[in-house]
Amino acid sequence: MKDFLNIYTDPVYSFTFVCIAFFFMIKYVEVIATLKFGIGLMIGTLVMFVLCFMDPVFTKNFYITNDNVPIIYLVFLIAWTTWYALYKGIRNDKRMEEGLPPLEATPENREKVWAWPNLVYTELFAIILGTVFLIGWAVFFKAPLEEPANPTWAPNPAKAPWYFLGLQEMLVYFDPWLAGVLLPGLIVVGLIAIPYIDMNPKGNGYYTFKQRKFAIVTYLFCWLVLWNFLIIIGTVFRGPNWSFYGPFEVWDAHKVVAANNVNISEMLWINTLGVKLPSNIFIREIAGILLTLGYMVLLPVFLTKKIFNFKGAVGKVFNGGFLGKYLKSLGWARYSILIFLVLMSLTLPIKMYLRWLINLKYIVFMPEFEFNI
Amino acid sequence: MAKDSFAQKVAKTQVWKSIFRHGPPDNARNRAAVIAGNVFLHLHPIKLKKSGVQLGYTWCMGGLTFFVFLALAVTGILLMFYYRPTAEYAYNDVIALREHVPLGIMRELHRWGAHAMVITVWLHMFRVFMTGSYKPPREFNWGVGVILLVLTLLLSFTGYLLPWDQLAIWAITVGSNMAKATPLLGHGGPGAMLAKIGDFVMVSDKNDVRFQLLGGRFVGEAALLRFYILHCVFIPVVVSVLIAVHFWRVRKDGGISAPL
Ligand code: HEM
Repeated sequence: MKDFLNIYTDPVYSFTFVCIAFFFMIKYVEVIATLKFGIGLMIGTLVMFVLCFMDPVFTKNFYITNDNVPIIYLVFLIAWTTWYALYKGIRNDKRMEEGLPPLEATPENREKVWAWPNLVYTELFAIILGTVFLIGWAVFFKAPLEEPANPTWAPNPAKAPWYFLGLQEMLVYFDPWLAGVLLPGLIVVGLIAIPYIDMNPKGNGYYTFKQRKFAIVTYLFCWLVLWNFLIIIGTVFRGPNWSFYGPFEVWDAHKVVAANNVNISEMLWINTLGVKLPSNIFIREIAGILLTLGYMVLLPVFLTKKIFNFKGAVGKVFNGGFLGKYLKSLGWARYSILIFLVLMSLTLPIKMYLRWLINLKYIVFMPEFEFNI
Repeated sequence: MAKDSFAQKVAKTQVWKSIFRHGPPDNARNRAAVIAGNVFLHLHPIKLKKSGVQLGYTWCMGGLTFFVFLALAVTGILLMFYYRPTAEYAYNDVIALREHVPLGIMRELHRWGAHAMVITVWLHMFRVFMTGSYKPPREFNWGVGVILLVLTLLLSFTGYLLPWDQLAIWAITVGSNMAKATPLLGHGGPGAMLAKIGDFVMVSDKNDVRFQLLGGRFVGEAALLRFYILHCVFIPVVVSVLIAVHFWRVRKDGGISAPL
């Protein structure tokens, strides 16, 4: 079992597993959003952690710094809050299908209550609980402190604190200007843009799933898979030289990982046409440039307008235009921003799979301008 | 006439009245007064919808974030009594905090609090999303929230350098190397080498954004001082102001969201 996990937690496989799991979570959301499943999930996560920490190698790698402890809370809280929000959403959806108002809108819950004592006491309770929790944590776990700073000797791996490890993990697939600057910037801009793009008036002020399916599925995918799963990879599955290490694998700085990644330009000119790389950089990179332009310009057109006329199932996918319906309801500005943000967030999984499937290094490689995609 | 209980007696003393200006909150008038007459409690409305006070709705995550932020301010100030932000002293001061300060868990509280705040702010945002609370009229407050999220992460980032150990400088080195790659503004970023006038390079490692952030070309003493000031003064002040705006807008946008 441990050997199995040591192999298949490699993001090459586990990312796909997680995506499939996500798909089933959405498809069978009504099974997930039951009390039974919630309790099972809690017990399951607990058992998983107990089993992991019974393994000395896992424990050693995990406690390389006490700063990793919060990851445990994070995994629990994400699992539990996701389940809980879906549970409440589906419960409201069922009520609304029966013609009842969501639970937040029952006459009893619309009633006004005094802030004192109802709210103030809840807050007091939360403060006491929070204080006890923090003090307990502080007593049992020492804050890490390593050797004094030494600018001439870098530890291996040099990891950022866990909440940035998703970004650090992206550095495997993208250059810093994308992984560290452009994509994080777009996350911030994209988040701020959400209320101005999402024009669905439903689901304002109560839990629901079915009334906001598109918004919730998109957000959950980015939050669970692209953000938190990457953090877990970066924290638990990455060791020296940022190579992959299974959860129960001993870290060994001499582990050799074959790196034979190639650029699209090399695939085109050297591997396929069997000639030398052209000296003009724009001709050299023509394939990558066209692919990038196609992705950012032609693909949006294809997604918006029906272009081909295939029949049947093929047509559903390849005729294009299946997002066109959103154009009408959103208007040009909102729609273009939405498409842009969706395409940009998909660049991450796309680049990951290209790396794994065809050992692709860069789509466009122009070190002359430090412009590598 | 029934005899006054002890609490009622206390509430009638001149001292009590001078502080609270109303009797114990056991009737409608006083319950209103206790909220409205107290500068801290008056962040709350006097009455609010039952759905909004339920723990199952808000998870109290925003409230917990605020609580942890306050706890961090208090423990952080205590740490500042002992800590000097210079390459010579910083590390030893942190050791001293551990070894010579009685019951020294201030550093632990501060560090774990910082981690906790990152988690609570993420979960708060998740709750706000799942209840659709960013929808009109709360679009702007969601935006204020996103900025608060970024600032929370920046607070953690800048604080991470201060112990001046291996963990600190190398994590910050990895992080600040990103700034080097900023398009046009970082000397290793796309396009920077195009900004040349003759032989004069406009964006170099001596003036790009990473240099401005670190006060040098690598993580050294100047960076320590900059991060210290950002961490202890600048960012906390901005966060405090934005939290005030955030709370004000929660009230002005109609209180905790509820079905229309
Ligand atoms: C330092 C960080 C933050 C603090 C201290 C904070 C605090 C609070 C508090 C106390 C509330 C009242 C309701 C509740 O507890 O849930 C609230 C509501 C709200 N927060 Fe935050 N928040 C922070 C960050 C954020 C972030 C990151 C977002 C979103 C991106 C956000 C968006 C909102 C919105 C839209 C509301 C109104 C919710 C409603 O009416 O249901 N806040 N915040």
